[in-house]
Amino acid sequence: MPGLEDLYREIILDHYRTPRNRGELESPPAIETRGHNPLCGDEITLYLLVDGEGDDAIVSDVKIGGQGCSISQSSASMMTQAVIGKPVSQAYALIRRFKTMMGIEGYDEQPGDADVAMGDLEALQGVVKFPVRIKCAVLGWNTLAEALDRAGV
Amino acid sequence: MAFDLDAVRKEFPILSRQIDGSPLVYLDSGNTSQKPRRVIDAMTDFLENSYAPINRSSYRLAGEATEAFEAGRRAVARLVNASSPDEIIFTKNATESMNLIARSWGGANLGEGDVVLLTHMEHHANIVPWQMLRDERGIEIRWVPLTADGQLDLTDLDRLLDGAKVFSFTAMSNVLGTIPPVAKLCAAAHDAGALAVVDACQYVPHNATDVQAWGADLVAFSSHKMCGPSGIGMLWGRLELLDAMPPFLGGGNMIDTVTLDGYTTAPVPAKFEAGTPPIVEAVGLRAAVEFLEDLDMSDIRQHEMDLTRYALDTLNGRFGDEITIYGPDDVAVRGGVLSFAFRDLHPHDVSQVLDERNVCVRAGHHCAKPLMQVLGVQSTTRASFYLYNGTDDVDALADALAGATDIFGF
Repeated sequence: MPGLEDLYREIILDHYRTPRNRGELESPPAIETRGHNPLCGDEITLYLLVDGEGDDAIVSDVKIGGQGCSISQSSASMMTQAVIGKPVSQAYALIRRFKTMMGIEGYDEQPGDADVAMGDLEALQGVVKFPVRIKCAVLGWNTLAEALDRAGV
Repeated sequence: MAFDLDAVRKEFPILSRQIDGSPLVYLDSGNTSQKPRRVIDAMTDFLENSYAPINRSSYRLAGEATEAFEAGRRAVARLVNASSPDEIIFTKNATESMNLIARSWGGANLGEGDVVLLTHMEHHANIVPWQMLRDERGIEIRWVPLTADGQLDLTDLDRLLDGAKVFSFTAMSNVLGTIPPVAKLCAAAHDAGALAVVDACQYVPHNATDVQAWGADLVAFSSHKMCGPSGIGMLWGRLELLDAMPPFLGGGNMIDTVTLDGYTTAPVPAKFEAGTPPIVEAVGLRAAVEFLEDLDMSDIRQHEMDLTRYALDTLNGRFGDEITIYGPDDVAVRGGVLSFAFRDLHPHDVSQVLDERNVCVRAGHHCAKPLMQVLGVQSTTRASFYLYNGTDDVDALADALAGATDIFGF
């Protein structure tokens, strides 16, 4: 059986204890989306600001509100660090890469996806050994995907 | 005969299972209970030797199967002191029983502005079916609030019941363990002219139950929480009330006759049992009832009261301000359900760490999100006991909780 050290890596606990980019953005102009995990009742609120149009669109800011477990909170925290300042197309690529890493099917990698750096997010790889927790890890990502879709750039 | 925990545990094959070389500490019986050998054997034996359709065919094997199925109904009637086995309706689960009540009785008797009184400690199964009726036909839902220690605050009960047509409440909270004064609440409902509906899903497995002494009208409960198989639930109702209620689901078995122009219904209980029922499950349920009767429900309740007292004292004693256990401290009015907050740790993380030591608890909202709102939390960790749990399980829980502190280090 996988041990707890596979799940609770130090970088994860660090993001849990000190979450990055927590807070709110004025909405509008920010896009506000909510996600929840019906299993445990966790709720997350995500605020997204996008600058530019089309291929030039950039994720200029993301803030996270709500409550959750160490996995959902740290995953969302690392996600904000990974996507802020990146082109929207790369944010989508990260979502595909992350969901694929979580063993979720139907997110076939597209050309160029492999070039998008996962950085600290690799630490969440251990979650896949604890299938019940995968929903926690992807909560923030689903909420981001919905916000990006709504931005529609 | 005194309650013999070791002998009880030997009846449950799964309790001898080890994961990673250590024993299972199963503290999730409020969710679903484990099954004793005689339930497993009864179902296997029935499947191997007696399985056939019931109430349909005339050959001997079918008669044997029908008799085995009906013996399950008689056992349940005896367990809760129904005045007749015909008062026991088999459903899919207690949730379906609650939906049957709201759809059938509510459908025939509730209209715009009619009041249904619920409490703040209900399971979603005793909330959503009424909310569906509210959305469809504009009934009003009122709520009995809770006291600070998680008991029903009955101060304003008369006012809340004024004009109510239904008072539907749990006999034991699946989150707080709270056991309200059921007979008193049924009497208050009747004094106000309201129907008394009891969600006894958590109560029946752990207490001697007498639906007639309660003075209730309709009572929902479930097999899988009382050592029986999943897939079969129960509804008890007073016979004349069930007779007057319209059918719930339509189909085979529930009819008297069908023509091109319409149908007439069979008498109860068949009227409410459309389609092939859970046959094997009724056989297993009978074995579960007999198992509980052999042990004596009063002794089971006493064992769980002692264990709950031990757990409250142990956890509060070891962790003090680091733990908040919700619900009443008096075990005379609480069952073996302990929902708690531990330090600043999220229940999902607590249960993950406990699982490392094979301590099985539930983390989440326990299908009682309105109650979570009242408690001011998003979720809790819940340990729930049954007859096979002992003080060693409580100690294992406490030791595992102490270990959680090391991992998260704050």
